[in-house]
Parts: sequence; C-alpha cells; structure tokens
Amino acid sequence: MATDPMAEIRASFFVECEELLESLQDALSDMDEGSHDNETINVVFRAVHSIKGGAGAFGLNALVAFAHRYETVMDEVRCGRMEITPEAMKLFFQAADFLQDHVRAARDGAPPPDGSEPCLVALEALMGGAPVVEEVEEVTDFQPMGLSFDFGPADEETTPSQPVWTVRFKPTAALYASGNEPLHLLRALAKLGTCTTRCETDDLPSLEELDPEGAYVTWVVEITGDVTDFDIREVFDFVEDVCELEITSGGADAAVGGFDLPPLDGLEGADPLSADPFAGTPGSEPMLELPSDLPGMPAPTPVAAPPQNPSALEMNNPPSLNELSATPAPTEAPIAAAAPAPAPAASTGPGASVPSGNPPAAKENSSEPSATVRVDLDRIDRLVNLVGELVINQAMLAQSVAEAGLPPNSAVMTGLEAFMMLTRDIQDSVMMIRAQPVKPLFQRMGRIVREASSAVGKDVRLRTEGETTEVDKTVIERLADPLTHMIRNSVDHGLETPDKREAAGKTREGVITLSAQHRSGRVVIEITDDGAGINRPKVRAKAIEKGLIAPDAQLSDSEIDNLLFLPGFSTADQVSALSGRGVGMDVVRQAIQGLGGRITIHSEPGKGTRFSISLPLTLAVLDGMVVNVANETLVVPLSSILETATLTDDDIRALGPNTNVIHVRGAFVPLYDLGAELGYRAPMESYAGGIVLLTAQENGTRSALVVDSILEQRQVVIKGLQRSYGHIPGVAAATILGDGQIALILDPADLVSNASGRTRSQSFALAG
Amino acid sequence: MELEKSSQNSSELELLSFRLADEEYSVDIMSVREIRGWTRATPLPHAPYHVRGVINLRGTVLPVVDLSVRLGMEPVEGDARNVIIVVQVGSQTAGLLVNAVSDILALPRTELQPPPELAADAAHSFIEALTIVDGRMIRVLDLSAVLPDDNVEAA
Repeated sequence: MATDPMAEIRASFFVECEELLESLQDALSDMDEGSHDNETINVVFRAVHSIKGGAGAFGLNALVAFAHRYETVMDEVRCGRMEITPEAMKLFFQAADFLQDHVRAARDGAPPPDGSEPCLVALEALMGGAPVVEEVEEVTDFQPMGLSFDFGPADEETTPSQPVWTVRFKPTAALYASGNEPLHLLRALAKLGTCTTRCETDDLPSLEELDPEGAYVTWVVEITGDVTDFDIREVFDFVEDVCELEITSGGADAAVGGFDLPPLDGLEGADPLSADPFAGTPGSEPMLELPSDLPGMPAPTPVAAPPQNPSALEMNNPPSLNELSATPAPTEAPIAAAAPAPAPAASTGPGASVPSGNPPAAKENSSEPSATVRVDLDRIDRLVNLVGELVINQAMLAQSVAEAGLPPNSAVMTGLEAFMMLTRDIQDSVMMIRAQPVKPLFQRMGRIVREASSAVGKDVRLRTEGETTEVDKTVIERLADPLTHMIRNSVDHGLETPDKREAAGKTREGVITLSAQHRSGRVVIEITDDGAGINRPKVRAKAIEKGLIAPDAQLSDSEIDNLLFLPGFSTADQVSALSGRGVGMDVVRQAIQGLGGRITIHSEPGKGTRFSISLPLTLAVLDGMVVNVANETLVVPLSSILETATLTDDDIRALGPNTNVIHVRGAFVPLYDLGAELGYRAPMESYAGGIVLLTAQENGTRSALVVDSILEQRQVVIKGLQRSYGHIPGVAAATILGDGQIALILDPADLVSNASGRTRSQSFALAG
Repeated sequence: MELEKSSQNSSELELLSFRLADEEYSVDIMSVREIRGWTRATPLPHAPYHVRGVINLRGTVLPVVDLSVRLGMEPVEGDARNVIIVVQVGSQTAGLLVNAVSDILALPRTELQPPPELAADAAHSFIEALTIVDGRMIRVLDLSAVLPDDNVEAA
C-alpha cells in the first residue's frame, strides 16, 4: 500500500470515479429508455460534475477540460434548453465512454485519449450556440479540501502599461460552501500578470446582521500583462456557477469604490482565505496572523481561534470585532467572515466538522449510503486460500478421527461436527466476499455495443437482465474478453443491416440481450440477438471449403452451429475491423472452458441466435459426490447429479452393438461407463448390479454414469490442473482428499460430449 | 529433503545425477526444487503415456513425468526406492520420477560436450550435453524438452 497520503487520496478519488461513471452509465441508460425527469438528468450532471471537481483538485487538466465541456452540455439539458434526441443520447453515451477513457488515462498517468475532441464538438454543436447561463444557485457537492497556505509568487506592482483587465469577482455563499477558496483564485490570477487587488466591502452588513455563512465581499482585480479573456475565465472555471464574475478590459473601474489592497505578497499571512468560514477548522495550517501594523487593528490577536471557541474569541477581542465592519483594513472582510463562523458552521452539512486532511473527493449525495470497506484483493485471496486449506485439514482430521474408531456420540465427534459446520459457514462467507454483481461487466458491454454498432453502421440496442447476479470476481474478470468478442460478433455477424431488417419485417434497430441468472448451482449468461440466425448452409459450405469437415458429412443443425467453435472459422465475407480475423469462437470457447464453463449455441433462422455460457459460481469449492471407479477416486459435482440408482438387468437395453441405454422413469438415458471413458478399464461384461449416477446438463440432456461405489458426499476444494495438460476431456479440475491423495473432479457434460459411449465389452477387442 | 541452492560461479556447473534404468542422467541443480519419496500418483485420463499422473505437493497439484518412459525406456516400477525430483523450468513445475538419486557433481562447464547427432534414438533430443566423471558418462538433460509442452498439448 502506498504510504503517501496524497497517493491514497488520489486512489480513492479514482475508485469513486469508477462509481460515478457507473451511475452515469445507469442514468444515461435510464434516459435512453425514456425517463427524462430532472432527477435522472441531474444524476448525469452530478456525476460529470463531481469527476470534474475531484480532477481539478488533483490538477488533472485534460480530464477537467473534457468533463467541463461535457458538463456544460449536460447543464443545457438539465435546464431544458436542449432536447434529448436519440442522436444526442448516442453522443452522451460516447462522451461518457470518453470520460471513462480520460479517467483511466489520468489514473495511469497515460496521455489523454485521442479522438475525444470530435465528440465534444458534436456535443457542443447540439447546444446550437445556446448561451451558457451561469447557475448561481448551484450547490456543488464535494467536500471542502484541506488547503495549504503557502503563497504563490506574487508580482510586484507595476505601472499599467500593458493591456489591463478588470475582473470583478463576487463569490456567493455557495462558493464557500463548496469548499472553494478565493485566495487560490486570486493567486492564480496573480500568476497571469501583475495584479492589483481591491476588496469591496460595501455589502458587508454590521456584525449583528451578518450571516456567518453569507458572502459579502467582492474583489476587483486589475491585471496587467499579456492576458486573454480566456486565461482569466479559465481561472474561474470551477466557480463560475457560484460567483458573479465580470471581466472587462480597460482601466480600473471607476465605479468601484473599494480599498486598495497591498499586493498579495504584502499580505503575508493575513490572507483572504479566512473568508472561507471553514478555514479556521482545527487541524488546519497556522492560523491567520495579523500584521501588527495594520490600521485599525489592535495588536496581533488570535482572531482565527478555532471556531469551536467562539466565546474565547469574543472575550479576547470584542472591540476589534465590532470595529471590523467599519474598519478600512485590507483584512477586514476576511476576518468579518471568519470570526462569526464557528457555531453555525458546525451545524451545517459539509465541512465544519471535517478535518483539514479530508480528501477533496467528490461525494455523491444522492447515492444511498451503504457501509463498505475496500480491501485489497490479495488479502481476500489469501483468506480464500487459507480457508481452502482449513477445509482440507478438517477433512483429514475427520478421517483420522473416524479411523480412531471413536463412538459416534463421543465428545470428539460432536465437536468435530460443529467444527465442520463452522468451516462450511466460514467458507461460504469468504466466497461471498469475492462474489460481485455482473453489472460493471455488462456496462462495459454496453460500450462495446455502441462502438461496434457505429463501426458497422447498424442500429443496436443492448438490453441487460439480471445485472445484480453475483459471480466470483475472477470469473467476471476473465469473462470480459470472451464476452466482448461475442458481443462484437453478435453486432457484426448476428444482426442484419437496418435495411435488411426492415425488409424482413423487423425494426431497424437490432436488439442484443445480455442476461445473467443463477441456474442449478451455476451462473448462466446468455447473449441473444434478434438477427438472422446462423446461416447453416453458409457455415457448412465454409467448413467444407476450409477443410474442416468432409464434403459429404451428415451434420445435424446443432453440429453445424458448433462448427463455429472450430479454430480458424469465420463466416464473415469480408474481414471487418471488428471481427473476422479467424481468432474467433474457438478462443471464446477455450476461455470459457478455462473457467470451468460451457458454451452452447441455439439459433433459429430469421429469429436470432442465442449463446449460453454456463459457469460455476466459484472457482474455489464445490459440493461433490466422491465415487470409486476402477480403484480410482473421483469427484462428481453434486449440482449435476439428479439421482443415484442400482441397475438391474431389466433396466439395461442395448441400443447398438456398442452402446446401452437404461430405462429410468419412462425415459431412455444413455449409459456411460466412467471407468471405460476415462481409460481406466475396458467396458464390463454386464452392468447389472452396478451403481449409476443420473446426471443432467443445463440443456436438459440426461445421462447415466456407471461407478463402482459411492464413497461419500462432501465439499471439496478445487485445485486447478496445470495448464501443461491442456484440456482433459471430462475432467474439470482436481482436489485433495482427506488422505492427501489427489482426486479428479469430473465435468459430466464435457465427459458425455467427448464420450465414446462404449458400454458393451464385445466391441472392446475391435477398438483395441 | 530440500536441497540448498548454493551460489556458484558461472564457470562451474553443479549437477544432480540420478539413475534411470541402469544409466546415469543429471539435471542442473539450480532447477531442482526438492526431492520427494515415492507417492502414488493419481492417473490422468487421456494424458500422454509418460505422464504418470498428479501428486499432492503441499496443497498444489503437481504433474509427475515418468522420465524413463519419456526417454523411451521401460516405465519406472514405482516403489519405495524410487524418488520424485521436483524441478522448475520457467513458471512450470513438475515432478520427474526416477529410479534413484545418486550424486551431486560440480564440474567446469568446459568439460561439457554437445551430444553427437544420432537420429535413431528418441532420448537424444532430450540431452543437452554429455560429460565424463570418473569414467562414467553422465547425460545432462534438457528439462524444457522433457516437460510437457504447454503449447502443443493445450491446442
């Protein structure tokens, strides 16, 4: 972990950025679906605004510049001056994507992404040159930041020979409330050129009437130097909605009847900063020290006593306070504002009670508060591993206790049982920590759809379902690439062009549905498009052309569909920028299998294609049935077992010369001999009296696996087999049993799809 | 037992020599992580013949290669006298089942000679170098050739 506090604050800013981007996407999706209410638009606006605010605090200029322009446009929308058209929505989404790129670039210290400019220009074109009206009433929603009080290099007074700008800057209360600091702005101005700053205090009421959180002073700054209007506006970029700003070129404004402030560096210490009602918060830097030679002020006094001590302040210094409102001291205004600040400030939301070191991070006020802790993933993984070891250890202990031959009702056995329950609970809880909703993943896919559809000129809408479905974090991470690929495929190959769709009697806009749900102990993610479906004759022709199948091969529809998964297969006539490079679905399938998942295609011509990905919930543990086959111990996932049965001769029917089916509850189920399929032994003469596990797959196919005996049912920790063996058909992973031996974990669906189905011994000799 | 990885200068090479059938082979000791007694390996279905199976190495699944079969000889029988040498090549860890470990040899690199080209022997491609120690010929194995190949078998 970084020890630099700034680095930590920065990191938390970026984490919050991600959350803001997520809520931005959500709100945009809502808008896209037609909810144009103020709240939704406000969420968009706030998200962009908060990112901008935070970024400004870190000096991430590219991000700020982008967010600002985006925000300006959103502001137009918010004020109802801009219509929300589908084109506008597209641009909003695009801009949100770019905003994300900017955030990432800023986080990684990479150069800002290219190509955001056209998007902004297009966005701004939408505004149609509508005048940007400053929102005086706006309350920004980030917390005050701690400020260091060092002075920037201030310039000396010079005679105004160069162009002179007069900046009239009147902060509103909102400016202070949002933690902005006039001093910084003035200082920034001072960097532009030579400044002469005056403070207007005409509006300042007497102390009794003074609202401690009000804003009463106005600064008039004359800047001499090579400065443009834009430079000056840039300084006030963040506060222009919360202040009154007039920028005029020319000499001093005669109408201004203020007092001449000494140049900034003469102010040393007595800075206008304290005009911020919260600046005197304990823990901040050295308080205001008034130069003793200021007119109208008594000797240096603890004016900036901690706000929590108003009484002390008054006791020490009542006359000065009273005098203040009338005293023509340069520091008058700041003090007037600072002194009465304490008590009321503490009662109002942001700031008063916040220590100065608080992150200047943007807080989303509207997001519902839920207490969360951010934990390093490594720590969780270590915990997961430890719990895995604990489970193995507990199993070993249970085994040795059982071997010791203790009576079942002994204290040790009871204790062990409680221990087992606890272990299980711990394990479940640990796994829950790793589980995350698929929502961020799906949101990424929204972006892929937008990019892909604009690249191929199709109108595509992405619908998502079951976003809250929780899946292991690793699964989510490793799913991103295959899913991206499949979404691109759906856009590029699955959906037709708008014209073709219209001709087929469909809406011009294609729909891709991305859904996630829990089904029988696994997570099923489906990508459905309403496109043309798989063109089977074309796929077949392509496969023959590429030599992947024999020209006279008889293939069922689903077999043809599955050809898509063969390496080097691509049906697109033209290799587009998106897909069609030949690294296609085979890579997707490999990635899914690497996660212990399966992928299936279901396609109907003219109606669309559905890809189903079925994944294990977690990569770490599973409930399994431990069985014995040819003296090998195997684990079959419990989730796939429907029932177990003992075979009789009557159950078994011969299907072909090599294969058997069994008759179970009115249905015929293919019989597979595990021992033979895994190469442990030859198929047996007779399976009568054998034990079968009846398994079911996601698609409802059932199969019966013959085992020698069932040992027990227990939870096992999944250990990956090293990649060096590639994919072993029928084997998902391995586990370590209580005796320290390794047992293989079967994947029944994969086993069956690769199985020979040979359960009759007479053919064994032929097969060699 | 865990072998200590001693630092060595580059001109010297330390080899762990072991017996396979009646012949003597060796591997660079720097790639040896530990030596374990024989444990029964869980066979992997559809695995290459020389892959004996997997064993539990303190909680991780370790593939075991029957080196004898890998080099085209009869399988090692697998009893208490046999040992598994755990080696690491790159990121890959595997166990090599051999008949017995015999010695640790330190010799200058200059004494190694490349094996002569003999096409008829499968074992030849696994041998990196040959050397003579006390009148015995010692073969230095090329471990990356012996271990299962990620790319070929994963495809």
